[in-house]
Amino acid sequence: MNVTRTGGLLAWAALVCAAVVVLGLCIGSAGFENTVGALLGPPNAERAMAQQIVWDIRLPRTLGALAAGALLGLAGALAQGLFRNPLADPYLLGSASGASLGVALALASMGSAGMLGSSVVNEASVAASVFSSSVWVRLGLTGAAFAGAVLAVMLTLSLARGVQHTLRLLLAGVIVGVVLGAVTSLVLLFSPDSLQAMQSFLLGSTSFIGWTSCLLMAVVWLLCALAAWTLARVLDGLSLGEATAQSLGLPIGPLRAALVAVLALATGTAVAQTGLIAFVGLAAPHLVRAMARVPHRQLMWLSSAMGAVLLGGADLLARWLIAPQELPVGVLTAVLGGLYLLWLMHRGSGSLGGLRT
Amino acid sequence: MRQRSLFRLAACAALALCTGATTVQALQVTDDQGVRLTLPKAPQRIVSLLPALTETVCALGQCQRLVGVDRYSNFPESVKKLPQVGGGLDPNIEAIVALHPDLVLAALSSRSATRLLSLGIPVFALEPKTHADVQRAIAKLSQLLEIADGQKLWREIDAGVEVAARSLPASVRGTRVYFEVNRGPFGAGEASFIGETLTRLGVKNILPARLGPFPQINPELVVRENPDLILVGESNLEGMEQRPGWSRIRAIREHHVCVFTPTQSDVLVRPGPRLAVAARIMAQCMSDQAPRAKGLPQ
Repeated sequence: MNVTRTGGLLAWAALVCAAVVVLGLCIGSAGFENTVGALLGPPNAERAMAQQIVWDIRLPRTLGALAAGALLGLAGALAQGLFRNPLADPYLLGSASGASLGVALALASMGSAGMLGSSVVNEASVAASVFSSSVWVRLGLTGAAFAGAVLAVMLTLSLARGVQHTLRLLLAGVIVGVVLGAVTSLVLLFSPDSLQAMQSFLLGSTSFIGWTSCLLMAVVWLLCALAAWTLARVLDGLSLGEATAQSLGLPIGPLRAALVAVLALATGTAVAQTGLIAFVGLAAPHLVRAMARVPHRQLMWLSSAMGAVLLGGADLLARWLIAPQELPVGVLTAVLGGLYLLWLMHRGSGSLGGLRT
Repeated sequence: MRQRSLFRLAACAALALCTGATTVQALQVTDDQGVRLTLPKAPQRIVSLLPALTETVCALGQCQRLVGVDRYSNFPESVKKLPQVGGGLDPNIEAIVALHPDLVLAALSSRSATRLLSLGIPVFALEPKTHADVQRAIAKLSQLLEIADGQKLWREIDAGVEVAARSLPASVRGTRVYFEVNRGPFGAGEASFIGETLTRLGVKNILPARLGPFPQINPELVVRENPDLILVGESNLEGMEQRPGWSRIRAIREHHVCVFTPTQSDVLVRPGPRLAVAARIMAQCMSDQAPRAKGLPQ
């Protein structure tokens, strides 16, 4: 529709992301500092330390926050297009709660398997922490989160008997979210060893993202974004109404199932690495729509970029505001995203970012 | 109707007079909340909702007065046989009432206090967080239990910590340590009772007092501070080396890590009469694990 506008917005988002990365390299446990100077300085202990902190900790963490934000932004755009509902986000459909239940169950079962005492199992359980950086643990947790997310969305959809009835869908999503959240708490109650780690994980945490998590999220995001981009035609069709979409000759059923799978994969991957981070999935697509009216094909990219900007910025603040202590990043995204959405709501007249509410 | 309520009023007045008469020799102790507790006699049926307080009652030699404990109290051995009444944060009020206690010991943060008080069960709130708090808790409990020389226990604990400190070889002094409480990561700062013990042992905590007792820190801080020795519970050890950037921390690179068993961790994380035992456990491990000949020319 408006390709130059989209291009401009993407360029803007890329610029902000680049700024986030640069700042991300300079902000850490010492507040703001000039690490670039130390990196380029004489090869001494200080430079080795700076190299390690920047390369092993800050860069993967910053890029990881951007990737997780992109995944959530993508999931939000998909959910809102798929269910033709401006309130749909990974949370309201229960997929985030399902994903965290999957992670909790995986951890609890790995933990109890470790107690059996066999050396093989023990070795596996040694690395089975929610903050572990081992590739297999990360993949396993992501798989568990994906399965949980898919099952939760299925459950929501079957409870709501389809997506036609908005109110029923939202109610079903809220119910599934609450029930699965309660089951997660129950699982944690029975595995006190992982309780504390899981709790800080559930609040949303970007502090232990290493290269493994970062790469995993980037790859999954690329796959999901490509899939969503290819399937976006369906979303445009759907936005005209189900009947119209069908009359256009689109195979609605299978395409919709495919999109739900993409949504669950994106949410599950983000949740498995960073925990429950609120509001990014909901706010990102709205922020994009407030700036430009674009077809879904472009919304996918823009919403990803906006999600990345949001979470990347929140991650910076989380480690900066009370350094060397940390704020839970999920709390910050909720505050930032929430405030911005409120402002948008009051600025526009009865419409929220182009979608009638 | 009116007559009955008048009668009730009279009964109340009589009761008040009676109790008023007994308070002459009653026991009066103020708890950490500033509430002045008045008891007709030293309590004989005590329910404790905090492991550190359970241990203090027993260390004062009054274990037999406990009739119920919270689910985390597991020391000394004998309290494991007592009925459990839930946890400090989620106590089972019914189970407590059923035990007919004449005193409940609870943490300040426990929400059970108001409920129990309204049911007529006296509650004494104590929340030991520092060494000084432990000393005060011992003083107040010995007053409440009418133990003659309560401060003897504290002097023993204090002497025990001193012995542990002296047992450390000189080379360990000044070692820079990081004590991880859990994977958040939350560490034990200088302001915590664990930090106070570490200071008494003569080692340097990388988390200064201004961060508060148990701050959630940016994991990068540990990499930057590069401690010589890390102290951590077995259950939090998993995957520590794989945390981004942590493999280069001196303590991890050179394997100077004190790993505590769950039983040891129980001792370490309780601000109670086993402070000296905790100091001994840490001292023992540090003299085994701390890098030797630190700062000395080779």
